Amino acid sequence: MISRFLLLLGGALAGVASLASAAEIPAAERRSAYELMSRETKAMQDDDTANPGTLWVLDGEALWGTKAGTADKACADCHGDARQSMKGVAARYPAFDSARRRPIDLEQRINICRTERQKASAFASESKELLALTAYVALQSRGMPISIAADRMVEFLDVGRSLFHRRQGQLNLSCSQCHDDNWGKTLAGNAIPQGHPTGYPLYRLEWQALGSLQRRLRNCMIGMRAEPYAYGAPEYVALELYLMWRARGLVVETPAVRP
Amino acid sequence: MARALINVPAKAKRGEIIAIKTLISHVMETGFRYSNTGQIIPRNIITFFECTYNGEKIFSAELHAAMAANPFITFHTVATESGKLEFTWTGDNGFSASETATITVE
Repeated sequence: MISRFLLLLGGALAGVASLASAAEIPAAERRSAYELMSRETKAMQDDDTANPGTLWVLDGEALWGTKAGTADKACADCHGDARQSMKGVAARYPAFDSARRRPIDLEQRINICRTERQKASAFASESKELLALTAYVALQSRGMPISIAADRMVEFLDVGRSLFHRRQGQLNLSCSQCHDDNWGKTLAGNAIPQGHPTGYPLYRLEWQALGSLQRRLRNCMIGMRAEPYAYGAPEYVALELYLMWRARGLVVETPAVRP
Repeated sequence: MARALINVPAKAKRGEIIAIKTLISHVMETGFRYSNTGQIIPRNIITFFECTYNGEKIFSAELHAAMAANPFITFHTVATESGKLEFTWTGDNGFSASETATITVE
């Protein structure tokens, strides 16, 4: 009887220990998925003329200077040269929007500018235009460390953290089980990265196109056989916020290339 | 309008072997896929790529279905004289794009 009790207690303690192992990755061990890539894929990302993401960046640069909407304004009419005005912006998004009292991601910020300042229709999620403009803005932060000012968004950060650690889908997996506990190992022959969103929007060879972080999260959720959220859902933004906060200190790589 | 990126060294020594890299935006739709409504998505690919060096053809390639989107084609040539490299891509639905690059040979 006593031995059975001890066994149960031991099991309970082991449970506690396995929870503790799901702790955050220490700063010194944080790695971009870039380091897990093959030499060829790294070379593709490093050379702007070989990186297909550049094609979107160039489209974004053109859109930056294109007048749109009934206000007949281009991004450049308010923000000037993106190389100065947008420097470091992507490294601190999702950011708190005072008017909406919630965090918004870079894509949402661009669409708010479009509807409220340019008086134009919002770009559709994952549209070529939205990805291009986001990539062009995010490129201006390339090489800068990710730094999220979370103090006004603590509750949203907690939502993101709990989503990251919540088991879901028919496979009953949490994000954390792969990306905190088993990074560096392989899943069906593919390296499991730590899951830091350092290079979005990025060119994924599997997609043969540029895609957003939400598209990637959707992929992971379908992989766990969970039902993905709709694009732009607050859950995604909370997860993006948590992931960027979790990746703090790593440098922005946009437009990254991933297998 | 398709976007293309060309990487040719601006300067080279006479007789030097140079690498030329080209990248162009294109969906390269294979013609074998079906849409959500069961309709076949018509083929839309680049079928031919050509590079000329001062008017002389130095490289060409036929492209087919099952080549990746945004084709990246890289090849080598010998830098013989200063001048102009012209790149042309042609394909389905009257697709046509061209780019030029200049090289100085010393």
